[in-house]
Amino acid sequence: MAYSEKVIDHYSNPKNVGTLDKANKNVGTGLVGAPECGDVMRLQIEVDEVTGIIKDAKFKTFGCGSAIASSSLATEWLKGKTIDEAVAIDNMDIVEELNLPPVKIHCSVLAEDAIKSAINDYRVKNGLPELVEEKAH
Amino acid sequence: MELKFPIYLDNNATTPMDPRVLDAMLPYFVEQFGNAASRNHSFGWVAEEAVDYAREQVAKLINCDPKEVIFTSGATEANNLAIKGVFEMYASKGNHIITCTTEHKAVLDTCKHVEKMGGSVTYLQVQPDGLIDLAELEKAITPQTILITIMYGNNEIGVVQPIKEIAAIAKKHGALFFTDGTQAVGKIPVDVMADGIDLMSFSGHKMYGPKGVGVLYVRRKNPRVKVTAQMDGGGHERGMRSGTLNVPGIVGIGKACEICRLEMDAEAVRLSIMRDRLEAALTQIDESYVNGNVQHRLPHVANISFKYVEGEGLLMGFNKQIALSSGSACTSASLEPSYVLKSLGLGDDLAHSSLRFGLGRFTTDMEIDYTIKAITETVLKLREMSPLWEMFKEGIDMDKIEWAHH
Repeated sequence: MAYSEKVIDHYSNPKNVGTLDKANKNVGTGLVGAPECGDVMRLQIEVDEVTGIIKDAKFKTFGCGSAIASSSLATEWLKGKTIDEAVAIDNMDIVEELNLPPVKIHCSVLAEDAIKSAINDYRVKNGLPELVEEKAH
Repeated sequence: MELKFPIYLDNNATTPMDPRVLDAMLPYFVEQFGNAASRNHSFGWVAEEAVDYAREQVAKLINCDPKEVIFTSGATEANNLAIKGVFEMYASKGNHIITCTTEHKAVLDTCKHVEKMGGSVTYLQVQPDGLIDLAELEKAITPQTILITIMYGNNEIGVVQPIKEIAAIAKKHGALFFTDGTQAVGKIPVDVMADGIDLMSFSGHKMYGPKGVGVLYVRRKNPRVKVTAQMDGGGHERGMRSGTLNVPGIVGIGKACEICRLEMDAEAVRLSIMRDRLEAALTQIDESYVNGNVQHRLPHVANISFKYVEGEGLLMGFNKQIALSSGSACTSASLEPSYVLKSLGLGDDLAHSSLRFGLGRFTTDMEIDYTIKAITETVLKLREMSPLWEMFKEGIDMDKIEWAHH
């Protein structure tokens, strides 16, 4: 299976690999997937207290090239967005941007789950109710 | 010598054809195109002579009589013919077959088919090193057992089963012994007489011959073995496999067998030195593990797991330069990690993290050097990106995390 150029680019030069301090109140951490399934994503956001804008995002991913690319792309998109805008990121946007083939759609689903999970972690830490899943995967 | 890309290290999947094999085959496409079954003119005689010669070349490699060589379209067909053919032919004796969980799908799925036809199959578990337990094998035998089918060398981990001992157990209990020799024949000495093998399959394209041709060895003496044909037609190959003979393919597998017979011993030494060097270098990487028994193993195969890195992601780091296989789910159509590695008791995480190296006749030292460097660099790079590696370094017990299985 050939990878799209964009997947190769994110894989070769991943954006925002790293770790934020998960003890920080302004940091939300999402850890999704499972080692047995062959992919685990950890996505973190840091929210500006005053503006409510995501000022930093980091990821680490164990998985195939498409999983790495999906999480790398997600961190790029998250930076500069408000929480509400971030919630609106749909996995199909990732599929489209990276030209993921059908067998790799689960990688984009995982990235969307990671975003939502990070946002929820942030919300809970800041005394807000968790978002309710709109759709089940 | 200059390094040429891509480097091919997937010789268990298929081997490049040796140019000497191609040279032997070429006359039999256009000039000598005869049907080996045409008895009344020179075109047929030439083709038949070529097939007879190839049959001798094959027989010499595995130490059998040329009459015991049945040409097929490949090892998959030979496996089907052996298992279904014995099941049908010996139905009055019993209906029980013994195999093991690490066999190739061409054996396992054929056994499943036999179960649907009313057969009973025991799938032996292997030990953590991939070898079967001979005591377990003997215990599994019943008065109904007609066939034991255990592969010679495994395609994923290269583990070589105790063939002679298995054959002796089969003989003692009056069962036939069939072995899938696809990965072993032409790579290590395989002698059907000394080993006591009753039936054996192998394929041209795993031994530097052409695709689309294979062999089923069927013993004619002590005991005389018969299989029920699975293809009806003109009664070719002593009635066991009808269909016009693939003369160029047969000439090719014959030549491939001859080259293997003459060069195999030296080649095995050369490849095992390279393989051991590759393995020693790659196991220098932290948290890397060799899968399968390393004493009883094909000389050109290594299977290594690099923990906390996913196999397909790893391959992507160098798949333009190096052709390799992984046991990761992502590289298979089924989305399940390798069932062979899981049979060894490996967790899914380690199965996902494995690479299979299959060295071959044309592998060079420079290619091994390059591979060591590329893999080491990619593993280290991906670990920097791996949340699991970070957790491991922090001493977090990952078995205690509640993972969201999807």
